[in-house]
Amino acid sequence: MKVVAKTANEAMAEAMRQINPDVVAAYPITPSTEIVQIFSRFVADGEVDTEFVPVESEHSAASACTGAAAAGARVMTATSSQGLALMNEVLFVTPALRLPIVICAINRTLSAPINIHCDHSDTMDQRDSGWMQFYVEDSQEAYDSVIQAVRITEEAFLPAIVSADAFILSHSLQRIEMLEDEEVQDFIGEHKTPYSVLDVDNPITVGPLDLQDYYFEHKRGEAEAMRKTPPIIKKVDREFGERFGREYGLIEEYRIKDANKAIVVMGSTAGTAKEVVDTLRQDGEKVGVVKVKAFRPWPREDINKSLEGLEYVAVMDRAEGMNGFGSPLFTEVRSSLYEIDKRPDIYGYVYGLGGRDVKPRDLKKVFDDLKKVESGKKIERVNYLGVRE
Amino acid sequence: MAEKKRGWKELPIGAIIDEAGSSEKFKTGDWREGRKPVLNKDKCTNCLLCWIFCPDSAIIVSNNEMKGFKYDYCKGCGICANQCPIGAIEMVPEEE
Repeated sequence: MKVVAKTANEAMAEAMRQINPDVVAAYPITPSTEIVQIFSRFVADGEVDTEFVPVESEHSAASACTGAAAAGARVMTATSSQGLALMNEVLFVTPALRLPIVICAINRTLSAPINIHCDHSDTMDQRDSGWMQFYVEDSQEAYDSVIQAVRITEEAFLPAIVSADAFILSHSLQRIEMLEDEEVQDFIGEHKTPYSVLDVDNPITVGPLDLQDYYFEHKRGEAEAMRKTPPIIKKVDREFGERFGREYGLIEEYRIKDANKAIVVMGSTAGTAKEVVDTLRQDGEKVGVVKVKAFRPWPREDINKSLEGLEYVAVMDRAEGMNGFGSPLFTEVRSSLYEIDKRPDIYGYVYGLGGRDVKPRDLKKVFDDLKKVESGKKIERVNYLGVRE
Repeated sequence: MAEKKRGWKELPIGAIIDEAGSSEKFKTGDWREGRKPVLNKDKCTNCLLCWIFCPDSAIIVSNNEMKGFKYDYCKGCGICANQCPIGAIEMVPEEE
Protein backbone atom coordinates (compact mmCIF):
# COMPACT_ATOMS: atom_id res chain seq x y z
CA MET A 1 0.00 0.00 0.00
CA LYS A 2 1.25 3.48 -0.73
CA VAL A 3 -0.28 6.84 0.07
CA VAL A 4 -0.33 9.29 -2.85
CA ALA A 5 -2.09 12.47 -3.94
CA LYS A 6 -4.28 11.87 -6.99
CA THR A 7 -7.15 13.55 -8.78
CA ALA A 8 -10.06 11.24 -9.64
CA ASN A 9 -8.87 11.26 -13.27
CA GLU A 10 -5.38 10.17 -12.21
CA ALA A 11 -6.75 7.67 -9.71
CA MET A 12 -8.98 6.02 -12.31
CA ALA A 13 -6.13 5.97 -14.88
CA GLU A 14 -3.89 4.30 -12.28
CA ALA A 15 -6.63 1.75 -11.56
CA MET A 16 -6.82 1.04 -15.30
CA ARG A 17 -3.04 0.55 -15.43
CA GLN A 18 -3.17 -1.94 -12.57
CA ILE A 19 -6.15 -3.74 -14.13
CA ASN A 20 -4.20 -3.94 -17.43
CA PRO A 21 -7.24 -4.44 -19.71
CA ASP A 22 -6.86 -6.23 -23.05
CA VAL A 23 -8.50 -3.43 -25.04
CA VAL A 24 -9.18 0.28 -24.46
CA ALA A 25 -10.93 2.20 -27.25
CA ALA A 26 -11.50 5.84 -26.41
CA TYR A 27 -12.04 9.36 -27.67
CA PRO A 28 -11.09 12.44 -25.63
CA ILE A 29 -13.62 14.83 -24.09
CA THR A 30 -13.33 17.36 -21.28
CA PRO A 31 -13.13 16.64 -18.32
CA SER A 32 -12.38 12.90 -18.74
CA THR A 33 -9.65 13.47 -21.39
CA GLU A 34 -6.91 13.10 -18.80
CA ILE A 35 -7.91 9.53 -17.93
CA VAL A 36 -7.26 8.38 -21.49
CA GLN A 37 -4.30 10.72 -21.92
CA ILE A 38 -2.55 9.30 -18.86
CA PHE A 39 -3.50 5.76 -19.82
CA SER A 40 -2.16 6.20 -23.38
CA ARG A 41 1.18 7.12 -21.81
CA PHE A 42 1.14 3.83 -19.88
CA VAL A 43 0.54 2.10 -23.23
CA ALA A 44 3.37 4.00 -24.93
CA ASP A 45 5.75 3.29 -22.05
CA GLY A 46 4.94 -0.41 -22.14
CA GLU A 47 3.52 -0.44 -18.60
CA VAL A 48 0.40 -2.26 -19.82
CA ASP A 49 -0.26 -4.89 -22.49
CA THR A 50 -3.39 -3.12 -23.70
CA GLU A 51 -4.39 -2.80 -27.35
CA PHE A 52 -5.20 0.93 -27.43
CA VAL A 53 -7.63 2.00 -30.18
CA PRO A 54 -7.76 5.78 -30.72
CA VAL A 55 -11.12 5.88 -32.48
CA GLU A 56 -12.79 8.77 -34.34
CA SER A 57 -15.78 9.26 -32.00
CA GLU A 58 -17.40 7.98 -28.83
CA HIS A 59 -19.94 6.06 -30.90
CA SER A 60 -16.98 4.18 -32.39
CA ALA A 61 -15.36 3.83 -28.96
CA ALA A 62 -18.44 2.12 -27.56
CA SER A 63 -18.74 -0.02 -30.70
CA ALA A 64 -15.09 -1.11 -30.64
CA CYS A 65 -15.32 -1.86 -26.91
CA THR A 66 -18.48 -3.94 -27.36
CA GLY A 67 -16.94 -5.88 -30.26
CA ALA A 68 -13.75 -6.51 -28.31
CA ALA A 69 -15.74 -7.72 -25.30
CA ALA A 70 -17.70 -10.08 -27.58
CA ALA A 71 -14.32 -11.45 -28.68
CA GLY A 72 -13.63 -12.29 -25.04
CA ALA A 73 -11.38 -9.35 -24.12
CA ARG A 74 -11.33 -7.42 -20.83
CA VAL A 75 -12.35 -3.94 -21.96
CA MET A 76 -12.46 -0.44 -20.46
CA THR A 77 -12.96 3.13 -21.67
CA ALA A 78 -13.58 6.63 -20.34
CA THR A 79 -15.85 9.48 -21.33
CA SER A 80 -18.06 12.39 -20.25
CA SER A 81 -21.21 14.30 -21.15
CA GLN A 82 -21.71 14.63 -24.94
CA GLY A 83 -19.34 11.69 -25.41
CA LEU A 84 -21.53 9.45 -23.28
CA ALA A 85 -24.58 10.77 -25.13
CA LEU A 86 -22.97 9.91 -28.47
CA MET A 87 -22.39 6.37 -27.15
CA ASN A 88 -26.09 6.07 -26.34
CA GLU A 89 -27.10 3.85 -29.27
CA VAL A 90 -24.36 1.32 -28.54
CA LEU A 91 -24.79 1.48 -24.76
CA PHE A 92 -28.14 -0.31 -25.08
CA VAL A 93 -26.43 -3.08 -27.09
CA THR A 94 -23.64 -3.95 -24.60
CA PRO A 95 -25.83 -5.10 -21.67
CA ALA A 96 -28.31 -6.82 -24.01
CA LEU A 97 -25.36 -8.89 -25.28
CA ARG A 98 -24.45 -9.38 -21.58
CA LEU A 99 -20.89 -8.10 -22.06
CA PRO A 100 -18.80 -6.88 -19.14
CA ILE A 101 -17.19 -3.47 -19.85
CA VAL A 102 -16.26 -0.72 -17.37
CA ILE A 103 -16.60 2.95 -18.32
CA CYS A 104 -14.80 5.53 -16.17
CA ALA A 105 -17.19 8.45 -16.57
CA ILE A 106 -16.70 11.99 -15.39
CA ASN A 107 -20.09 13.57 -14.69
CA ARG A 108 -20.40 16.69 -16.83
CA THR A 109 -23.61 18.41 -17.81
CA LEU A 110 -25.26 17.98 -21.23
CA SER A 111 -25.74 20.77 -23.76
CA ALA A 112 -27.49 23.13 -24.26
CA PRO A 113 -26.34 25.65 -23.18
CA ILE A 114 -22.84 24.30 -23.61
CA ASN A 115 -21.01 23.88 -20.29
CA ILE A 116 -18.12 21.65 -19.22
CA HIS A 117 -18.85 21.54 -15.48
CA CYS A 118 -20.44 19.08 -13.14
CA ASP A 119 -23.90 17.69 -12.96
CA HIS A 120 -25.34 14.19 -13.36
CA SER A 121 -27.44 14.74 -16.49
CA ASP A 122 -25.07 12.69 -18.68
CA THR A 123 -25.29 9.46 -16.71
CA MET A 124 -28.97 10.04 -15.87
CA ASP A 125 -29.52 10.02 -19.64
CA GLN A 126 -28.28 6.40 -19.57
CA ARG A 127 -30.33 5.25 -16.59
CA ASP A 128 -32.53 2.86 -18.61
CA SER A 129 -29.72 1.54 -20.83
CA GLY A 130 -28.99 -1.55 -18.71
CA TRP A 131 -25.57 -0.48 -17.36
CA MET A 132 -24.89 -0.59 -13.64
CA GLN A 133 -24.12 2.90 -12.34
CA PHE A 134 -21.89 3.75 -9.39
CA TYR A 135 -21.52 7.36 -8.20
CA VAL A 136 -18.47 8.11 -6.06
CA GLU A 137 -17.77 10.64 -3.31
CA ASP A 138 -14.00 11.08 -3.64
CA SER A 139 -10.85 9.97 -5.51
CA GLN A 140 -10.35 6.98 -3.21
CA GLU A 141 -13.83 5.70 -3.93
CA ALA A 142 -13.30 6.32 -7.67
CA TYR A 143 -10.14 4.22 -7.59
CA ASP A 144 -11.64 1.43 -5.47
CA SER A 145 -14.89 1.34 -7.43
CA VAL A 146 -13.17 0.93 -10.80
CA ILE A 147 -11.27 -2.09 -9.45
CA GLN A 148 -14.43 -3.53 -7.86
CA ALA A 149 -16.41 -2.92 -11.06
CA VAL A 150 -14.17 -5.27 -13.06
CA ARG A 151 -15.10 -8.14 -10.74
CA ILE A 152 -18.77 -7.12 -10.52
CA THR A 153 -19.25 -6.82 -14.29
CA GLU A 154 -17.58 -10.18 -14.91
CA GLU A 155 -19.78 -11.94 -12.36
CA ALA A 156 -23.02 -10.25 -13.42
CA PHE A 157 -22.16 -10.26 -17.14
CA LEU A 158 -23.47 -6.70 -17.33
CA PRO A 159 -21.41 -3.54 -17.95
CA ALA A 160 -20.92 -0.72 -15.45
CA ILE A 161 -20.32 3.02 -15.40
CA VAL A 162 -18.25 4.36 -12.50
CA SER A 163 -18.77 8.11 -12.40
CA ALA A 164 -17.05 10.94 -10.55
CA ASP A 165 -18.06 14.60 -10.42
CA ALA A 166 -16.41 16.84 -13.03
CA PHE A 167 -13.59 19.07 -11.73
CA ILE A 168 -14.77 18.80 -8.10
CA LEU A 169 -13.28 15.29 -8.17
CA SER A 170 -11.76 14.84 -11.62
CA HIS A 171 -9.27 17.69 -11.21
CA SER A 172 -8.88 17.99 -7.43
CA LEU A 173 -5.93 16.37 -5.68
CA GLN A 174 -6.90 14.13 -2.80
CA ARG A 175 -5.06 11.70 -0.59
CA ILE A 176 -5.59 8.13 -1.70
CA GLU A 177 -4.23 4.76 -0.69
CA MET A 178 -3.13 2.78 -3.73
CA LEU A 179 -2.93 -0.99 -3.76
CA GLU A 180 0.05 -2.88 -5.10
CA ASP A 181 -0.24 -3.99 -8.74
CA GLU A 182 -0.22 -7.66 -7.65
CA GLU A 183 -3.01 -7.05 -5.12
CA VAL A 184 -5.22 -5.60 -7.86
CA GLN A 185 -4.44 -8.45 -10.26
CA ASP A 186 -5.12 -10.99 -7.54
CA PHE A 187 -8.42 -9.33 -6.62
CA ILE A 188 -9.80 -9.08 -10.17
CA GLY A 189 -8.55 -12.56 -11.15
CA GLU A 190 -8.73 -14.16 -14.58
CA HIS A 191 -11.02 -12.41 -17.07
CA LYS A 192 -14.46 -14.02 -17.39
CA THR A 193 -16.51 -13.73 -20.55
CA PRO A 194 -20.00 -15.13 -21.26
CA TYR A 195 -18.92 -16.30 -24.73
CA SER A 196 -16.39 -15.45 -27.43
CA VAL A 197 -16.90 -14.96 -31.15
CA LEU A 198 -13.29 -16.14 -31.59
CA ASP A 199 -14.11 -19.57 -30.17
CA VAL A 200 -14.12 -21.40 -33.53
CA ASP A 201 -15.07 -24.72 -31.94
CA ASN A 202 -18.34 -23.20 -30.74
CA PRO A 203 -19.57 -20.96 -33.57
CA ILE A 204 -22.14 -18.39 -32.50
CA THR A 205 -24.01 -15.42 -33.94
CA VAL A 206 -23.99 -12.23 -31.85
CA GLY A 207 -26.66 -9.58 -32.31
CA PRO A 208 -28.98 -11.26 -34.84
CA LEU A 209 -32.43 -10.01 -35.84
CA ASP A 210 -34.93 -10.82 -33.11
CA LEU A 211 -38.60 -10.17 -33.83
CA GLN A 212 -41.97 -10.51 -32.10
CA ASP A 213 -41.36 -14.14 -31.22
CA TYR A 214 -38.20 -13.81 -29.07
CA TYR A 215 -37.23 -10.13 -28.43
CA PHE A 216 -39.46 -9.94 -25.34
CA GLU A 217 -37.95 -13.11 -23.83
CA HIS A 218 -34.43 -11.76 -24.36
CA LYS A 219 -35.26 -8.44 -22.67
CA ARG A 220 -36.88 -10.35 -19.80
CA GLY A 221 -33.62 -12.23 -19.30
CA GLU A 222 -31.63 -8.98 -19.36
CA ALA A 223 -33.98 -7.46 -16.75
CA GLU A 224 -33.45 -10.51 -14.54
CA ALA A 225 -29.66 -10.14 -14.83
CA MET A 226 -29.96 -6.59 -13.40
CA ARG A 227 -32.27 -7.84 -10.60
CA LYS A 228 -29.58 -10.32 -9.58
CA THR A 229 -26.78 -7.72 -9.29
CA PRO A 230 -27.26 -6.40 -5.69
CA PRO A 231 -25.91 -9.54 -3.94
CA ILE A 232 -23.01 -9.70 -6.42
CA ILE A 233 -22.06 -6.06 -5.74
CA LYS A 234 -22.33 -6.58 -1.98
CA LYS A 235 -20.23 -9.76 -2.10
CA VAL A 236 -17.42 -8.16 -4.14
CA ASP A 237 -17.53 -5.03 -1.94
CA ARG A 238 -17.34 -7.12 1.24
CA GLU A 239 -14.38 -9.10 -0.09
CA PHE A 240 -12.66 -5.82 -1.05
CA GLY A 241 -13.30 -4.56 2.48
CA GLU A 242 -11.91 -7.70 4.08
CA ARG A 243 -8.74 -7.51 2.01
CA PHE A 244 -8.10 -3.78 1.87
CA GLY A 245 -10.19 -2.22 4.66
CA ARG A 246 -12.58 -0.09 2.62
CA GLU A 247 -16.23 -0.99 2.00
CA TYR A 248 -19.00 1.10 0.46
CA GLY A 249 -22.29 -0.81 0.11
CA LEU A 250 -25.07 0.00 -2.36
CA ILE A 251 -25.84 2.95 -0.12
CA GLU A 252 -24.00 4.49 2.82
CA GLU A 253 -25.81 5.61 5.96
CA TYR A 254 -24.23 8.48 7.86
CA ARG A 255 -25.49 9.26 11.40
CA ILE A 256 -28.91 7.99 10.38
CA LYS A 257 -29.73 5.61 13.27
CA ASP A 258 -31.44 8.08 15.62
CA ALA A 259 -32.13 10.77 12.98
CA ASN A 260 -35.56 12.18 12.19
CA LYS A 261 -34.42 14.18 9.15
CA ALA A 262 -32.09 13.16 6.34
CA ILE A 263 -30.64 14.21 3.03
CA VAL A 264 -30.36 11.61 0.26
CA VAL A 265 -27.57 12.49 -2.16
CA MET A 266 -25.10 11.07 -4.72
CA GLY A 267 -21.52 11.93 -5.63
CA SER A 268 -19.16 14.48 -4.09
CA THR A 269 -21.97 16.46 -2.43
CA ALA A 270 -22.33 13.55 0.02
CA GLY A 271 -19.07 14.75 1.60
CA THR A 272 -20.43 18.27 2.03
CA ALA A 273 -23.67 16.87 3.47
CA LYS A 274 -21.75 14.82 6.08
CA GLU A 275 -19.90 17.99 7.13
CA VAL A 276 -23.19 19.87 7.54
CA VAL A 277 -24.69 16.99 9.51
CA ASP A 278 -21.69 16.98 11.87
CA THR A 279 -22.16 20.72 12.51
CA LEU A 280 -25.92 20.43 13.08
CA ARG A 281 -25.42 17.41 15.36
CA GLN A 282 -23.26 19.60 17.61
CA ASP A 283 -26.37 21.74 18.10
CA GLY A 284 -28.34 18.63 19.02
CA GLU A 285 -30.26 18.24 15.76
CA LYS A 286 -31.11 14.71 14.76
CA VAL A 287 -30.00 14.76 11.15
CA GLY A 288 -28.27 12.28 8.85
CA VAL A 289 -27.23 11.49 5.29
CA VAL A 290 -27.98 8.58 2.98
CA LYS A 291 -25.44 8.44 0.17
CA VAL A 292 -26.66 6.47 -2.82
CA LYS A 293 -23.69 4.80 -4.48
CA ALA A 294 -25.49 2.34 -6.76
CA PHE A 295 -28.19 4.08 -8.77
CA ARG A 296 -28.42 1.07 -11.10
CA PRO A 297 -29.33 -1.46 -9.82
CA TRP A 298 -31.76 0.65 -7.81
CA PRO A 299 -31.17 -0.36 -4.14
CA ARG A 300 -34.86 -0.38 -3.21
CA GLU A 301 -34.60 -2.59 -0.14
CA ASP A 302 -31.60 -0.78 1.33
CA ILE A 303 -33.23 2.62 0.76
CA ASN A 304 -36.49 1.53 2.40
CA LYS A 305 -34.73 -0.02 5.36
CA SER A 306 -32.69 3.11 5.95
CA LEU A 307 -35.48 5.69 5.48
CA GLU A 308 -38.30 3.82 7.25
CA GLY A 309 -39.19 5.62 10.45
CA LEU A 310 -37.57 8.93 9.45
CA GLU A 311 -39.95 11.89 9.49
CA TYR A 312 -38.56 14.28 6.88
CA VAL A 313 -36.37 13.53 3.89
CA ALA A 314 -34.88 15.77 1.20
CA VAL A 315 -33.65 14.08 -1.99
CA MET A 316 -30.93 15.94 -3.85
CA ASP A 317 -30.80 15.65 -7.64
CA ARG A 318 -27.86 17.05 -9.60
CA ALA A 319 -29.97 16.72 -12.77
CA GLU A 320 -33.31 18.07 -13.98
CA GLY A 321 -35.70 15.31 -15.00
CA MET A 322 -37.70 17.56 -17.37
CA ASN A 323 -40.84 15.57 -16.59
CA GLY A 324 -42.73 18.55 -15.19
CA PHE A 325 -42.38 17.14 -11.70
CA GLY A 326 -39.35 15.71 -9.91
CA SER A 327 -35.90 14.53 -10.96
CA PRO A 328 -34.72 10.89 -11.23
CA LEU A 329 -33.34 10.26 -7.73
CA PHE A 330 -36.35 11.95 -6.09
CA THR A 331 -38.92 9.96 -8.07
CA GLU A 332 -37.05 6.65 -7.48
CA VAL A 333 -36.77 7.19 -3.73
CA ARG A 334 -40.37 8.35 -3.45
CA SER A 335 -41.64 5.41 -5.50
CA SER A 336 -39.72 2.89 -3.35
CA LEU A 337 -41.13 4.34 -0.13
CA TYR A 338 -44.69 3.67 -1.33
CA GLU A 339 -44.26 0.06 -0.15
CA ILE A 340 -43.58 0.87 3.49
CA ASP A 341 -46.04 1.91 6.18
CA LYS A 342 -44.02 4.51 8.10
CA ARG A 343 -43.14 6.75 5.17
CA PRO A 344 -41.27 10.01 5.72
CA ASP A 345 -42.56 13.29 4.29
CA ILE A 346 -40.29 13.64 1.26
CA TYR A 347 -39.14 16.67 -0.78
CA GLY A 348 -37.07 17.02 -3.93
CA TYR A 349 -34.21 19.46 -4.45
CA VAL A 350 -32.55 20.10 -7.80
CA TYR A 351 -29.09 21.57 -7.20
CA GLY A 352 -25.70 22.31 -8.73
CA LEU A 353 -26.66 22.25 -12.42
CA GLY A 354 -23.83 23.19 -14.79
CA GLY A 355 -21.33 23.10 -11.95
CA ARG A 356 -23.10 25.61 -9.69
CA ASP A 357 -21.22 25.39 -6.41
CA VAL A 358 -22.97 23.76 -3.45
CA LYS A 359 -21.73 25.06 -0.14
CA PRO A 360 -22.40 23.81 3.38
CA ARG A 361 -24.77 26.77 3.92
CA ASP A 362 -26.85 25.60 0.92
CA LEU A 363 -27.35 22.17 2.44
CA LYS A 364 -28.02 23.75 5.85
CA LYS A 365 -30.86 25.62 4.14
CA VAL A 366 -32.33 22.27 3.06
CA PHE A 367 -32.38 21.08 6.68
CA ASP A 368 -33.85 24.48 7.67
CA ASP A 369 -36.65 23.89 5.15
CA LEU A 370 -37.37 20.47 6.69
CA LYS A 371 -37.51 22.14 10.11
CA LYS A 372 -40.07 24.60 8.74
CA VAL A 373 -42.18 21.68 7.54
CA GLU A 374 -41.84 20.11 10.98
CA SER A 375 -43.19 23.29 12.55
CA GLY A 376 -46.25 23.16 10.31
CA LYS A 377 -45.25 25.36 7.36
CA LYS A 378 -45.80 24.26 3.80
CA ILE A 379 -43.02 24.21 1.20
CA GLU A 380 -42.97 23.20 -2.45
CA ARG A 381 -42.74 19.45 -3.11
CA VAL A 382 -39.89 20.02 -5.59
CA ASN A 383 -37.44 22.88 -5.04
CA TYR A 384 -34.48 24.46 -6.81
CA LEU A 385 -31.50 25.08 -4.56
CA GLY A 386 -29.15 27.96 -5.31
CA VAL A 387 -30.87 29.29 -8.45
CA ARG A 388 -31.50 33.04 -8.76
CA GLU A 389 -35.21 33.94 -8.85
CA MET B 1 -45.72 -28.67 -36.83
CA ALA B 2 -44.13 -25.44 -35.64
CA GLU B 3 -41.21 -25.74 -33.21
CA LYS B 4 -42.19 -25.12 -29.56
CA LYS B 5 -40.89 -21.68 -28.63
CA ARG B 6 -38.59 -21.48 -25.63
CA GLY B 7 -39.26 -19.40 -22.50
CA TRP B 8 -36.86 -16.67 -21.35
CA LYS B 9 -35.07 -18.89 -18.83
CA GLU B 10 -34.18 -21.42 -21.54
CA LEU B 11 -32.41 -19.01 -23.92
CA PRO B 12 -28.63 -18.69 -24.31
CA ILE B 13 -27.02 -15.68 -22.60
CA GLY B 14 -26.78 -12.39 -24.49
CA ALA B 15 -29.38 -13.20 -27.18
CA ILE B 16 -26.73 -15.11 -29.12
CA ILE B 17 -27.53 -17.92 -31.56
CA ASP B 18 -25.50 -20.90 -30.41
CA GLU B 19 -25.91 -23.11 -33.49
CA ALA B 20 -24.49 -22.58 -36.96
CA GLY B 21 -26.65 -22.37 -40.09
CA SER B 22 -29.87 -21.77 -38.18
CA SER B 23 -31.03 -19.08 -40.64
CA GLU B 24 -32.41 -21.91 -42.77
CA LYS B 25 -35.12 -22.30 -40.15
CA PHE B 26 -36.28 -18.75 -40.77
CA LYS B 27 -38.63 -19.08 -43.77
CA THR B 28 -38.46 -15.56 -45.17
CA GLY B 29 -40.45 -16.57 -48.28
CA ASP B 30 -43.62 -15.45 -46.52
CA TRP B 31 -42.36 -11.86 -46.75
CA ARG B 32 -43.06 -12.09 -50.53
CA GLU B 33 -45.85 -9.83 -51.62
CA GLY B 34 -47.89 -10.30 -54.76
CA ARG B 35 -45.46 -11.76 -57.29
CA LYS B 36 -43.05 -14.61 -57.62
CA PRO B 37 -40.46 -15.67 -60.27
CA VAL B 38 -41.21 -18.54 -62.66
CA LEU B 39 -38.71 -20.16 -65.03
CA ASN B 40 -39.21 -20.86 -68.72
CA LYS B 41 -37.02 -23.99 -68.99
CA ASP B 42 -37.16 -23.89 -72.83
CA LYS B 43 -35.41 -20.49 -72.96
CA CYS B 44 -32.92 -20.99 -70.04
CA THR B 45 -29.27 -21.44 -71.06
CA ASN B 46 -28.04 -22.23 -67.50
CA CYS B 47 -25.73 -19.20 -67.48
CA LEU B 48 -26.57 -19.01 -63.74
CA LEU B 49 -26.47 -15.20 -63.56
CA CYS B 50 -29.69 -15.54 -61.51
CA TRP B 51 -27.81 -17.74 -59.02
CA ILE B 52 -25.01 -15.15 -58.78
CA PHE B 53 -27.33 -12.20 -58.24
CA CYS B 54 -30.02 -13.71 -55.99
CA PRO B 55 -29.53 -11.96 -52.60
CA ASP B 56 -31.30 -14.79 -50.75
CA SER B 57 -29.59 -17.88 -52.25
CA ALA B 58 -33.03 -18.95 -53.44
CA ILE B 59 -32.01 -20.32 -56.87
CA ILE B 60 -31.88 -24.11 -56.97
CA VAL B 61 -28.89 -25.38 -58.98
CA SER B 62 -27.97 -29.01 -59.53
CA ASN B 63 -25.19 -30.28 -61.83
CA ASN B 64 -24.64 -26.72 -63.12
CA GLU B 65 -28.26 -26.59 -64.18
CA MET B 66 -30.87 -24.02 -63.12
CA LYS B 67 -33.69 -26.05 -61.54
CA GLY B 68 -36.06 -23.44 -60.15
CA PHE B 69 -36.65 -21.38 -56.99
CA LYS B 70 -36.72 -22.01 -53.23
CA TYR B 71 -40.05 -20.30 -52.57
CA ASP B 72 -39.56 -20.75 -48.79
CA TYR B 73 -36.79 -18.11 -49.00
CA CYS B 74 -37.49 -16.10 -52.21
CA LYS B 75 -38.71 -12.61 -51.20
CA GLY B 76 -39.92 -11.81 -54.73
CA CYS B 77 -37.47 -8.94 -55.34
CA GLY B 78 -37.29 -9.73 -59.09
CA ILE B 79 -33.53 -9.27 -59.41
CA CYS B 80 -33.23 -12.69 -61.11
CA ALA B 81 -35.82 -11.73 -63.74
CA ASN B 82 -34.10 -8.39 -64.27
CA GLN B 83 -30.65 -9.95 -64.65
CA CYS B 84 -31.65 -12.87 -66.92
CA PRO B 85 -30.10 -11.92 -70.31
CA ILE B 86 -32.67 -13.81 -72.37
CA GLY B 87 -35.91 -13.23 -70.45
CA ALA B 88 -36.30 -16.81 -69.20
CA ILE B 89 -37.55 -15.67 -65.78
CA GLU B 90 -40.89 -13.93 -65.46
CA MET B 91 -42.45 -12.36 -62.38
CA VAL B 92 -46.06 -13.50 -62.17
CA PRO B 93 -48.91 -12.85 -59.71
CA GLU B 94 -48.66 -15.14 -56.68
CA GLU B 95 -51.91 -17.09 -57.41
CA GLU B 96 -50.62 -18.56 -60.70
